[in-house]
Amino acid sequence: MSASIETKPAAAQGSARMLVAAGIWVLLLLVPLWLPALGGYTDLATRALIYAIAASGLNLVLGYTGGLSFGHAAYFGLGAYGAGLCLIYIAPSLPLAILAGTVLGGIAGILVGPMAMKRKGIYFAMITIAFGQMFYFIAVRWNALTGGEDGLTGFSRVPLHLGGHAIHMGPVRFYYLVLALFAVVMLVLWQILRSPLGHSFVAVRENTTRLRFLGVAVDKQIWVAFAISTFITALAGALNALLTGFASPDNLGWQLSGSFVVICVLGGMRSYWGPFLGAIIFIVAQDYLSSVTQNWMSFIGLIFVLAVLFFPQGLLGFIKGRARS
Amino acid sequence: MSFLTLDGVGRRFGAVQALKGISLSVEKGELRAIIGPNGAGKTTLFNLISGYFPPSEGSIQFDGQPILAVSPNALVRRGIIRTFQITQVFLSLSVYENLRVAVETAMGLQLRPWISRNVRNQVEAKVEELAAITRIGPKMDRIVGEMSHGDQRVVEVGIALSRHPKLLLLDEPTAGMGDEETNHMTDLIRRLNKEQGITILFVEHDMAIVFGIADRITVLDNGTMLAEGTAREISENPRVQSAYLGNALEENAA
Repeated sequence: MSASIETKPAAAQGSARMLVAAGIWVLLLLVPLWLPALGGYTDLATRALIYAIAASGLNLVLGYTGGLSFGHAAYFGLGAYGAGLCLIYIAPSLPLAILAGTVLGGIAGILVGPMAMKRKGIYFAMITIAFGQMFYFIAVRWNALTGGEDGLTGFSRVPLHLGGHAIHMGPVRFYYLVLALFAVVMLVLWQILRSPLGHSFVAVRENTTRLRFLGVAVDKQIWVAFAISTFITALAGALNALLTGFASPDNLGWQLSGSFVVICVLGGMRSYWGPFLGAIIFIVAQDYLSSVTQNWMSFIGLIFVLAVLFFPQGLLGFIKGRARS
Repeated sequence: MSFLTLDGVGRRFGAVQALKGISLSVEKGELRAIIGPNGAGKTTLFNLISGYFPPSEGSIQFDGQPILAVSPNALVRRGIIRTFQITQVFLSLSVYENLRVAVETAMGLQLRPWISRNVRNQVEAKVEELAAITRIGPKMDRIVGEMSHGDQRVVEVGIALSRHPKLLLLDEPTAGMGDEETNHMTDLIRRLNKEQGITILFVEHDMAIVFGIADRITVLDNGTMLAEGTAREISENPRVQSAYLGNALEENAA
């Protein structure tokens, strides 16, 4: 009896979700048309998408696997430096730069993972922060390679070569490149979350003891989640370097790590679209508030506190809860 | 050689001797109850058999092989699986999702980012089977954390069954349950034993259940084995009466 009552709203919810998703993609595709009319600019949308990629990557660990990673900017920053260094020293190729940054950050994640995964809760958080700061200080100290505190400059968005044509990457074209990669990331995450791999990540979050006594190597699951997550966040970092033409130590620092966590919590850690929504709120608020006051971070902090107090499941969790009741 | 054999098993925690000189054997297909007052060492015994920690002395043999200091992982593969005094389930997931992740990990799929339709159907079939055995099917879409304690216990048993256990260890399976839930769980335990042929060891405080369904009963007291036998033998054993049942009766009366 209860099953038949529950199936119908579930099906209706499913198609409603499809409709919302379709709406989001259409809006994203048309950004260059409507955003200027609202007083925005294309790079703002690009930045929001880049942060959405970074936070969605983090959220695989934070929201789905339940690992408090407070050092994810490390992989974002490595992605940025990897892309920049590739353009400067290896080859002026856009795809190669993106790949180099993604792989550099991802490999760092693969190496850090085993050291972090042995610890749980707050200790996991401390280790992830510590590794983040380690990469930060390497970037600051290794002046010759990284440009030290001034950051890495001297590279730019080179044209994309496709079949003999050189496609210049203006803001709009670059937006679409980022959007395409965002779509790939969301597809990959969607596939993971509906697979046994993703189910096991959620099970780790829910009850590690239970899983361990089912004979599952929990550490390995956390490692895999962490590694996938850092690859995605590193991709975002590489794109960010191409957006700004600049890789700075701040890209690796704990403040940015904190921002990514804030974005996930703000949007909803248990929601597929949560980090995306959080990123839009964060980037728009940052853009607007920083034009009004130097202390914009305190307002972001205020928004965060209010969100945690009134929407503990994040904004999207709150909206979904309302839609259900 | 018995299915499960403990020979002179003991366990110390620092200066505290929690268990001492436990020798017992459980036959294949047996439904064995372990009883004893609080602090008798029942859960410690469970923890030893399930590999939670190793014994300080003595040896444990399961299915002809020693299981000293074997990882939980290896024990599960050998067919030993347990439930806990505190129910261990995936609370914010539905019953279906609980059973699904149990089946998927039982099939070794936990690192697979995609599976074929064929494998997916196998998973679904196994989940259906577990739901049928435990009779939790009608509540498949419920969030486990929002269900009654009794239902959560049933889900936990369903999860354990995904491993095709040869030996199932149930730590106080009916603790804190109402009459109806207790009946359901008791019935489930009996069916798992009789119909699925699973050897079951369970710790239980409810004497009606113990005497009602157990083939044999082991009585622990103060970390040692006080007696072992059928329900009749145990109830007629004067040492058990004075040490445990008498107290339990008094408690019940009070």
